[in-house]
Amino acid sequence: MGRVSRRHLLAGGALTAGGAVAGAAAASLGRERDAPVTAVTAPLAHGTRTVPFHGAHQAGIDTPAQAHAAFLAFDLSARVDRAALGRLMRLLTDDAARLTQGRPALADTEPELAALPARLTVTFGFGPGLFAAAGLDARRPRSVAPLPAFAIDRLQERWSGGDLLIQVCADDPLTVTHTQRMLLKDTLAFARPRWTQRGFRRGRGSQDDGVTQRNVMGQLDGTRNPRPGSPEFDGAVWVDSGPSWLRGGTTLVVRRIRAEMETWDAVDTAGKEFAVGRRLDTGAPLSGGREHDPPDYAATNELGLTVIPETSHIARAHVNDDRQRIFRRPYNYDEPPGPDGRPDMGLVFAAYQRDVGEQFLPIQRNLAEADLMNDWITPIGSAVFAVPPGCAEGGWIGETLLG
Amino acid sequence: MTVTKAARGNQRRVCAYGVLVAAVLLLGACGGDTEPQAAGASTPASPAPASAAARQPLAAKDMWVKTAASGMSAAYGTLLNTTGADVTVVKATSTVSPTVELHEVATVDGKMVMRPKDGGFTIPAGGSHELKPGGDHLMLMDVRTPVTAGTEVTITLTFADGATMEFAALGKDFAGGNESYEPGTHGMSPSASAG
Repeated sequence: MGRVSRRHLLAGGALTAGGAVAGAAAASLGRERDAPVTAVTAPLAHGTRTVPFHGAHQAGIDTPAQAHAAFLAFDLSARVDRAALGRLMRLLTDDAARLTQGRPALADTEPELAALPARLTVTFGFGPGLFAAAGLDARRPRSVAPLPAFAIDRLQERWSGGDLLIQVCADDPLTVTHTQRMLLKDTLAFARPRWTQRGFRRGRGSQDDGVTQRNVMGQLDGTRNPRPGSPEFDGAVWVDSGPSWLRGGTTLVVRRIRAEMETWDAVDTAGKEFAVGRRLDTGAPLSGGREHDPPDYAATNELGLTVIPETSHIARAHVNDDRQRIFRRPYNYDEPPGPDGRPDMGLVFAAYQRDVGEQFLPIQRNLAEADLMNDWITPIGSAVFAVPPGCAEGGWIGETLLG
Repeated sequence: MTVTKAARGNQRRVCAYGVLVAAVLLLGACGGDTEPQAAGASTPASPAPASAAARQPLAAKDMWVKTAASGMSAAYGTLLNTTGADVTVVKATSTVSPTVELHEVATVDGKMVMRPKDGGFTIPAGGSHELKPGGDHLMLMDVRTPVTAGTEVTITLTFADGATMEFAALGKDFAGGNESYEPGTHGMSPSASAG
């Protein structure tokens, strides 16, 4: 099966050729409804894939976004000091280094669940309170602090803040669950959960990594993201100046953004495209071309109005300087609807950038002032973290600050 | 009384941790795969153990110890025999517990109980021996220095020929490993259980 491309697998034929009867796949294509569904017994590719844990940067940032994520924020317990934080991060690093490579954590109570890492990554972030607890507030980047209040915000305490963040991502939701449980158990001696946000994207294999994904509102989300591995990405995401402990690290803003689906439902396609500044079907800017063509913000129609409204989302979020850009790595959320049927869905918006103050804040100010989309999206949670660099084998995440 | 004792325990822990760091650093920072060969040459204190390590017949892998404020606890992991001859561990000691016993878990009268293992642990030539909850384990009989999450505990094994080896085990919170002590196999109360 090694040389069978994903495309062939999707076509459904290769599995049979490989010796396994692809009953389930055939059924999903609407054929052979009467044939008994046979479990696929061939080893499948996604479950055993791994992403290296050790390296100059933490994984889970430039890693092509996995299908499932859990964002876990913790409040440190009283009396947790620098030494205790060192013990905590050694423990968590050890867990992450093992689990991401498909090995059980030490004292793993369900070691069988570790066998399918499914590109598991575990990424750690330090909130403002961690610096204070460690007595290292002087080394906290200034903009690693609660964001200033924006008029559009309806922030809820239960989705905001946190001293420690763990981002767990994998292509398998059970892997995320097991990892979350092991990390949580090792954290409880030092901290208590503050909030947990689970999120998802398209299932692994539904689309190629390079395809821009749609959010729950149907929009292509992330078209203008700097491409991981490119100079634009490196210059926008990895810290290359300022405090030496954070070099090779980054910062993370997590915002829970509720989608006002019922009022969005009431808008017609033209209205939705007007608000975004892009076509909903192709993602092309309203000024024409294809999805990845640069939008022409100066183009006007026969009435002399700009084709891309000045208050559209892409016009307000646009920045010229590559170093001003942010890298979005969002996940969708979809909680059970209320008893009246009202949806509870939206985006766990995760943005990585060198500097929150220089990059995220100017964009967010522009959006908060005049983005047409503000009628249909509501920030209900907000948290900011410094994301330490990666570590070498034998090292631990956070050692450059806490060690 | 309890409060006073606990407070003193904390103080001791802080002091002891500093000592442990110095003593244990050379065994590998994470306490995970603390194979003797890996004894880091990064600290000036390490040359002696490093040269001794060359003759170690065993490697300790994935060693961890259940956290405990006092009383009993247990250490688990895998012992690998890197030699062509069987190796028998006959004794263990630890910096956090003056008494450490080599235990097995057995079924006695239909109940799972733990008790000292006759003859110690024998690791076959080229083989391995797993120490795990519900199976053989290193029983810390009297934890004097609290074992907290993320601390590294130094444990020393003595082999049948009198040679010793030292490794670090990482403190982990763990709910299991609570087999009862088999009555009459040790001087302690039969109800005591913590490993």
